[in-house]
Amino acid sequence: MTGASLVVTDLRVEFSGFVAVGGVSFDAHPGEVRFLIGPNGAGKTTCIDAVTGLTKATGSARLGETELLGKQVHKIVRLGIGRTFQTASVFDELTVLQNLDIAAGLHRRSVSLLRARRGIDPSIERALEETGLTGELTTPAGVLSHGQKQWLEIAMLLVQDAKVLLLDEPVAGMSQDERTATGELLQRIAARRIVLVVEHDMDFMRRFATRVTVLHQGRVLSQGTVAEVQADPQVQEVYLGTADAITEG
Amino acid sequence: MTKKPWISLGGIGVFAVLLLAVAPLVLTDHWLNNLGKYCCWAIAAVGIGLAWGRGGMLVMGQGVFFALGAYSMAMHLTLETAGDRIPGFMVLYDPLAPLPVFWEPFRSAGFTLLAIVLLPVIVAGALGYALFKRRVKGAYFAILSQALAVALAVLISSTIRETGGDTGLSDFKYFFGFVLNDPANRQMVYLIAAGLLIVCLLAVWQFYRSRFGELLIATRDAEERVRFLGYDPANVKLVAFVVSALMASIGGALFVPIVGIITPAEIGAAASILMIAGVALGGRASLFGPALGAIAVGWGQSSLGSTWPDGWTYILGLLFIVVILFLPNGLSSLPARFTGRARRTPVEQPTPAIAAAELEEVRS
Repeated sequence: MTGASLVVTDLRVEFSGFVAVGGVSFDAHPGEVRFLIGPNGAGKTTCIDAVTGLTKATGSARLGETELLGKQVHKIVRLGIGRTFQTASVFDELTVLQNLDIAAGLHRRSVSLLRARRGIDPSIERALEETGLTGELTTPAGVLSHGQKQWLEIAMLLVQDAKVLLLDEPVAGMSQDERTATGELLQRIAARRIVLVVEHDMDFMRRFATRVTVLHQGRVLSQGTVAEVQADPQVQEVYLGTADAITEG
Repeated sequence: MTKKPWISLGGIGVFAVLLLAVAPLVLTDHWLNNLGKYCCWAIAAVGIGLAWGRGGMLVMGQGVFFALGAYSMAMHLTLETAGDRIPGFMVLYDPLAPLPVFWEPFRSAGFTLLAIVLLPVIVAGALGYALFKRRVKGAYFAILSQALAVALAVLISSTIRETGGDTGLSDFKYFFGFVLNDPANRQMVYLIAAGLLIVCLLAVWQFYRSRFGELLIATRDAEERVRFLGYDPANVKLVAFVVSALMASIGGALFVPIVGIITPAEIGAAASILMIAGVALGGRASLFGPALGAIAVGWGQSSLGSTWPDGWTYILGLLFIVVILFLPNGLSSLPARFTGRARRTPVEQPTPAIAAAELEEVRS
């Protein structure tokens, strides 16, 4: 589980003339919790959409030697790229176990889908333990709390055995305790995988980021460690009012 | 979760005893024949339950697949009845006309049975592949399937020489060598239909308890999310759609010897919607709902529909409205409401998940 890094080079996304992402390059390696930040409309989510095949893009996004752009969504997933969405999207009518089981099914042969489940995959048990959802095994996902739903999504990525986890605002709407728990979870996960987080929350970023890329109007404004990025006058300018929030605290 | 499937299996067992053992003993020949007809609709309904209830595809044109089975069977029975001669209705229009080329293979019983199974699989497979890969869904899919049923009905109506047109195909005397007038043989045909209904229920039961069943619900509720779990939702839907088409075809094929006539009216828009009505009434996502709903609607149609034809349409419409408004999961969700089990499982909210809709926005 070593090696392969996610390298994005000169990524461009246009929506009928409007340049949402104009030549963004960044990379992410296993072992670091990588953050992508920027004001609204900076193109953070669009970058993730492009890498996962949801949005057409030019340029290059490679995982190790494999080019991702131009492939179909589900094929990109099978290469080991997993993502979450801003709104937690789990299958509300299915239980936590069923949700995870579907995620694990990625590596099963299609004929075996016609059989009923017997027992629980070890990978599912590990993911449940990792995310603290063991007690919720038979709970319908629809009645989980907001934070638990986000964790379930992360657990699904773990069960999927994703090499790259692209997380779109994973702590939005979470309580302070849940944020801390999520951050620690991400740090644990990142030991063996690539974790890339799109986030608004500066405090969360400061506490858990190893490296940060700041996007602004579809371009990379600054890149580096949290301290470096915070010291960048350009970043402070873009954030204006929020510049204080970045440097202080 | 571990126990419930076995209760359902017991339910199917009880249902089988009622249909296969009790009904032939207590019902008159006339009503047994009627029940056989309802069973044919129920077989199609079980398929609709799979595609619509679990898969979220509003299949409004199951008449097309019903027709494939029904007309395959009807052509064979017509040829069997006619023997070496040209079928009667064709002689009527043009005494010298040869048998249309596509009729010829249906002389063979084996080919007919194969056609009943393979035709819907091929047609639904090609249609589903084209539609689902292009991500046609929701109302567009429903309208398209409905339009196909209308088109096929019109096509059959307008080809009187080849298909019998609006008068349809009827007056079958033999069923694979058995004389259809004989009550014993009619009972046999009924038992085949009832038996196949049980088989279809068992098949769907296995589908629902399998991982595929869970995946199908997941696809129904959040198709885009399933894509991001590494599956192609088009394939998942395709399997459910093809199976439902196959069931409709089997229902259609048995409809012909039981009812004794097949016309475009039995497969067109109205007939297709009536099939859906039974499923919605019974409970589209449940195991027994579609079959029981279809049988109930069929029974209503032949009892009330014949004594009070004007009123029956209104009763059906009213029932439909009441169920949609107050019991979106059909009559089969009624017991759960009273025991309060519904509170634990959030089945209350109907199919489309908000997250899925938002994902669509992201894409556009």
